[in-house]
This record gives sequence, structure tokens and C-alpha cells, in this order.
Amino acid sequence: MANYTEDELAQDLENQEYKFGFTTDIDADQAPKGLNEDIIRFISAKKEEPNWMLENRLEAFEMWKKMTEPDWAHVKYKKPDFQDIIYYSAPKQTKKYESWDDVDPEMKETMKKLGISMEEQKRLTGTNVAVDFVMDSVSVATSFKAKLKELGIIFCSFSEAVQEYPELVREHMGTVVPTSDNFYAALNSAVFTDGSFCYIPKGVRCPMELSTYFRINEGGTGQFERTLVIADEGSYVSYLEGCTAPQRDENQLHAAVVELIAKDNAEIKYSTVQNWYPGDKNGLGGIFNFVTKRGICGLNSKISWTQVETGSAVTWKYPSCILKGDNSIGEFYSVAVTNNYQQADTGTKMIHLGKNTKSTIISKGISAGKSHNSYRGLVQIHKNATNSRNFSQCDSLLMTDECGAHTFPYIECKNSSSKIEHEATTSKIGEDQIFYCLQRGISEEKAIGLIVNGYCKEVLNQLPMEFAVEAQKLLTISLEGSVG
Amino acid sequence: MIEIKNLHAKIGDKEILKGLNLTVKAGEIHAIMGPNGAGKSTLASVLAGREDYEVTEGTVDFEGTDLLNLATEERAREGLFLAFQYPIEIPGVSNINFLRTAINEIRESKRENPISAKDFMALVREKSKLVELDPKLASRSVNEGFSGGEKKRNEIFQMAMLNPKLAILDETDSGLDIDALRVVANGVNTLKSDKNATIVITHYQRLLDYIVPDFVHVLYDGKIVKTGGKELALKLEEKGYDWIKEELAN
Repeated sequence: MANYTEDELAQDLENQEYKFGFTTDIDADQAPKGLNEDIIRFISAKKEEPNWMLENRLEAFEMWKKMTEPDWAHVKYKKPDFQDIIYYSAPKQTKKYESWDDVDPEMKETMKKLGISMEEQKRLTGTNVAVDFVMDSVSVATSFKAKLKELGIIFCSFSEAVQEYPELVREHMGTVVPTSDNFYAALNSAVFTDGSFCYIPKGVRCPMELSTYFRINEGGTGQFERTLVIADEGSYVSYLEGCTAPQRDENQLHAAVVELIAKDNAEIKYSTVQNWYPGDKNGLGGIFNFVTKRGICGLNSKISWTQVETGSAVTWKYPSCILKGDNSIGEFYSVAVTNNYQQADTGTKMIHLGKNTKSTIISKGISAGKSHNSYRGLVQIHKNATNSRNFSQCDSLLMTDECGAHTFPYIECKNSSSKIEHEATTSKIGEDQIFYCLQRGISEEKAIGLIVNGYCKEVLNQLPMEFAVEAQKLLTISLEGSVG
Repeated sequence: MIEIKNLHAKIGDKEILKGLNLTVKAGEIHAIMGPNGAGKSTLASVLAGREDYEVTEGTVDFEGTDLLNLATEERAREGLFLAFQYPIEIPGVSNINFLRTAINEIRESKRENPISAKDFMALVREKSKLVELDPKLASRSVNEGFSGGEKKRNEIFQMAMLNPKLAILDETDSGLDIDALRVVANGVNTLKSDKNATIVITHYQRLLDYIVPDFVHVLYDGKIVKTGGKELALKLEEKGYDWIKEELAN
């Protein structure tokens, strides 16, 4: 893996600006700006949803109206005007895609630029990633569906799942992240437009990585996607998501909800590389990334979150695990990079309910420019969670004198047989380390790349290979010229 | 190899090098000794290009190039190597990855192709034997969790891998027991050729029993104040530096 990265890094370094800042010129089918019951009915009608879904949405909307935006996070931003957002925008298409050949050439071009080559995947059956591509409000294409279907695996867009597998959706949706959970979750429940759905049947080990690529394209829109992953008893799945958006002066809102359900003896590995447009050097524009991600574990099951967060102007995100089943395991591995004026408040919640439950938290924050990077985490051990264990390690690396790193760990323990460990470090990137590299003939950019990737190694090692290489490059590019 | 003329350097407002002259030819080993605070490590840092120091006067010619005009990494690529007094740890970066990056950056600057994995690993095996470095250390993170002796050995291992024209050993003997000292010295002696040169900065003459210098210089108050052969080191060991200070006073 290392070989591949080092050799390719140099070329990528030249491409140091946000390289996904382009827009695709494609006709879009949009709802008018603003949010009210009619808009919600409009979305639901567009999606040809069953009535129960519309009812859910309207109920969520009622709840949301009574809620206030959370302000406890260590971030400052101008609150979005919820009436100034387009809640539905879909690339216009004359008919439903029956096959890859029907996909708009512009769209194919976009995917190519983003490095998603479905055509290639179609040819090479040897590749092991199935991709769902969500642009603005809708899922555009999903690959490898047929192959997965043979195993009984369902991997499709959320809208399609509502149509094709309504009972599965209805049974599980909102069971991990209830509508009333928080302001953004309620908003999402009211206006979500698409996302990915995945079901792994009992005892099946998904033979390939399932991956969703999220892309915001249209200006003035928000992206509200919903992902639901259900791993039935004894099954295994590794799921990846990647995110990019065009470069714009405005702040665009992304409020997603992700629910993971690992039934008894099941395992879900969920990896994210988040590279939404972070805004420019002066802090203008960028995505507001307000996301609720949570998983629930049955008996002996395991959920592992791995995230590499380099994008977004403001990030508010706490992928969490409810360790309900005895002997279940929750893991959170995170690298969060902030540069210029970016702000991130991210971390996890590990809720230990079952006996012998175990959780591991490894968080690496890297702050550069004038950015602020916070880790916020909760480890909660309930009174029946005997012999449960947690290990947390939160490290912060500062690249400049003007950035900030903050840690807000909360620990609540109601069981005396439990063991909780917390380690934290804060360090400034060593000028001595850089000088050492320079003295061996290594350029400053490469030196920073080496040092930062070394610092994040524990987390990067958790990513599937293809993503790890991508993530390493992304880290180096995000921190280009950031030492001060 | 290197010709230093009237070199003045300061850190902040404090002038540390005050007109230093030194010429080293290919095939030679020079030892620089001197009391604490004389400017020995400053000289090493200035030559390597550490930014904390400001050169106010003087010239340094390195194989026909103006060394002071080059950036730190360019100096390294031209063949200047500094074995650090306190080698730094780089967690998560394997020694091998680090060295391969360094070798390829140097090769790239010379418009050469990157080294093949096979050649590289052969080189690692050959050179780690030279300094009796446990091959396991080669795959561990750079200097992380290394003992003092292992760190110094690792410096000489890196030097062997990079094959520099001019190596500056900054107090490489400090913190070494006699066995490690012999290993390090043996490495340096084996690497010696008529095409390269070494500057050994040391406090004690002990190292010079193993690395025999062609010249010994005394650095005092920012200048080379005395130059001699190996016997000068023995005299310093025996008598200390006071007699030199007295000589200078007269």
C-alpha cells in the first residue's frame, strides 16, 4: 500500500486546490425554494411514496417546527435560512435508467472526474466495489445490483427501497435515529430525498465493498440523504461513502441521517471519506455538514465507524454506537482535518447497555490555518453493563499558532465493574521533524505528508485499501502549505 | 569538498560563529573539538541549513556550489548529510518508507528513476549489516522507541543508505557505550573513500581512537583557533582547553 501512495503522491500534490469544485451543466428538476407542507407533499409525490411515508414526513415537520437549532457545539456560523433552500433538485431525466447506457453523458463525465468509473467496473468483474451514486437529491446509478441479488443482498437507492421493500424500510427506519432525536434529524426525516439502502440477509458475508458516492451539484440546494444499512443475523458488510461538492460562495446545507442495524452476531464496517467543499481561504462558502449517524448492536455484534473528514466549512457529526446486545463491540476511528476557517465539532457516543460490551475510540484531530477542531465524545455505561470496557485516545495536532484544538470528553458510568480508559495528547507539528526530513533530501510538502499520515496511521489502517490510498493523498493535499 | 570562509552566524541577536574558516578535501576526516558553547553544533546546523540561524557574513563553497544559497533539502540532495545529535522520532512512519522517500527524492532531483523495490530491499539488507542494525528496526517507525544507541546506529545506517559526499557527525558518540561506539565507528570507517569526507564533531577524544582523523581543529568562541593532527586531541583530553585560552590571551 505504501508503495502505491508514495509514488503517486507527487503528481497529486501539484493539484493542490480543491479539485472537485467543478459543476455539471445538467438540467435539473427542482422544487421551489422554501419549506412548508406543500413542499413536503411535493417531494413525497415526486417519489411516488406510499401514504405512511408522507405521514411520517409531515409528523417530522411538525416536530421540527417546535425544535430549535442546537448551539452547544464549539462552532460559529450564520444559521441557515431554511426558507432560502431548495429541498428537491434532481438531474432531469426523460425516463428511468434501465441500464448504464441510458445515463446522461454529462453525468457519466461527472462521475469520471470524481473517479467513479462505473464503465470500467462493468468491464472488470474482478473489482470489488459496488457503487451507488447520489447527485443532489436522487440516486443516479447503482452498479453490481444483479450480482448482489444472487446472494439476496439488497443494495439500492433509498427511494427504490421504499417502493420495492416497503416493509423492510418501515420496520427499521427511525428505530436507531428517531425523528425527534435532534433538530437536523427531524429536518431530514421531513425532507430527505434519497440515499442508499442496504440489506444483508442472515449468514451472508457481502463479497464486495458497498459504496455510495454523494455529490451536491446545483446551487441553492441542500442535500438531505438517508442511509439505512441492515445486517441480519450473522452477516457482514463493509460500506463506504464519499462526498464532494462544487466550489461556491454560498454555504450549502447537508443534513444526513445514517442508521446502522447490526443484528445478533452481525458486523458492519462503515467508512467515510468526507471532502465536501470546505470554503475558500477566507472562509467564504463551503458546506454545512450536520449529520446524525448511529448504529445499534445486537448480541455479539460489531459496528465500526471509520471517518476521514477533510472537507466542509462546518462539521457537526457524532457517529455513535448503541451497544445493546451482550458482548457487542463498538469502534470509532476518526481523522478530522481543518484548514483556513473550517470548523469541526466531531466525535462519538458509545452507549453501553449490554454486558461485556466493548468500545474503542481513536480520534486524531489536525488543525491548520485559523481553523478550530473539536473532539466531543460521550462514553456512557449503564447499570446493567457489567464488565464493559472503553478505551479512548484523542490526539490533536496543531500546524500553526492561530488554530485551535479542543477536547470535550464526557464519561458517565453507572456500573462499578466497568473499565474506562482515556488518553489524550496535544502537540504542534514538529519543526524538528520537518527539518529532519528536509536534511534527508525530502521536500517540505512530502515531509508534512509523511508526518501527518504517520500520525493518522492507526485510523487509516482501518480503511479498505482503495480508500486508504485516496485518504492519504487527500490529507496531504488538504494541508498543503499549512505549516506556520 | 567544502571551503568555509569567514563564516559569521547568529541566532536572534547572539553571534555564535565569528569568522570561521575550514577547508575539507575529499578523502579526509576532520575532527572538531571545543568547549561547551563554542559553536560546534551551530556550525553543523548552519551547514545543514537550519532556519533558526542567520548567516551574516562569509561564504561556503560545496563542490563548486554556493551552499548558503541552497535550501536545506537541496543541500542534502547535493550530498551533505548530518548525523543528528538528538535524532527525532517520527511516529507512524516506517524507517524504510522514510528512507525510500528520501532516496527517491534525491534521485528525482537528478532526473533518475525511482529505485526499484528489489534494489532498495537489497540495499537495506546490505547496509543494516554494516551497522549491525536489527533488521526489525528498519521496519519500525523512525527512531520511535529506539534506545539512545539504536538511534545513533540508525543515523549511520541512513548515512550508509544515502551515501553522501560530506557527512557531518554531530556528537554521534554522546550517550554511546563502548560497543555501540565501535559499531558506529566501524560503519563510518567502512564508508570512507577517496571521494567522500567526514567532519566529526565531538567532545571527547575517545571516538577518535576508532575514527582516526587527518586533522583536529579546536573551535573556540566561534572560530577555529588551533589545528593539528591526532595528537592534538590527546593533548586536549589530557590538559583540557584552558591552555588554549591562555595561548589566545597572549
